[in-house]
Amino acid sequence: MTMKLHVDPIACAGHGLCAELLPEAIELDEWGYPMLAASVPARLRGHARRAVSACPALALRLTGNDDRGEGGPARAQ
Amino acid sequence: MLLWYMTRATGEIAFMLLTITVALGITGAARLGSSRWPRVVTAGLHRNLSLMLVTFLSVHIATTLLDTFTAINPAAAIIPFVSGYRTFWVGLGTIAFDLILTLVITSLLRSRLSYRAWRAVHVLAYASWPVALWHGLGTGTDAKLPWLLALDALCVLVVIAAMTWRLRLLAQPRRIAGGTS
Repeated sequence: MTMKLHVDPIACAGHGLCAELLPEAIELDEWGYPMLAASVPARLRGHARRAVSACPALALRLTGNDDRGEGGPARAQ
Repeated sequence: MLLWYMTRATGEIAFMLLTITVALGITGAARLGSSRWPRVVTAGLHRNLSLMLVTFLSVHIATTLLDTFTAINPAAAIIPFVSGYRTFWVGLGTIAFDLILTLVITSLLRSRLSYRAWRAVHVLAYASWPVALWHGLGTGTDAKLPWLLALDALCVLVVIAAMTWRLRLLAQPRRIAGGTS
């Protein structure tokens, strides 16, 4: 199962911690908001989870996480 | 006597850790960061020092309760103002502990709470700090020692500086995050 990151654009406040923790899959746009890669490779699962839990606004989610289902259901974008 | 020495030492260390945690929380919320000090460093230190604070606080409370001279009712660890010994001052410490415990538990469960609920609780962090300071100044065995007063004054300065700086940023018109203008 492929993992995918989702950002809640309303909740995101552009803190940018996610891009510091997961530069492989998250880049910041010129206003400091995240631009996400289409999918997250399995080897980055741990880093992706850390990025999700570090978000000060709880705006980032990881879906398609095969164990424990921490990502929760996919959110409509 | 050893227990009381430990109570005194861990109390002051816990207060210094609380001060650093509060200051890091304020600077993190104010979005301080640079290429040499990434924001995740502030966030990680804020989190880990707060857990270290809980460890010192647990020892502080355990040694206080175990000390036979004061013979404090164990319930005083959680319920404020039930200690026979210095009811008011120990009660302040209990309040600070309850606040910090609430903060840590809600933060560990943060991803399961709504952001608003977590944040509303986290504002309590500001209350725990002055209460802890008041508790230390009021009942600390060593509170009158000049070097300890100096240390407490330094802690007060650190938090006031962080807050002033944060409030100044808030008063400015909101910049777009990461923008250069």
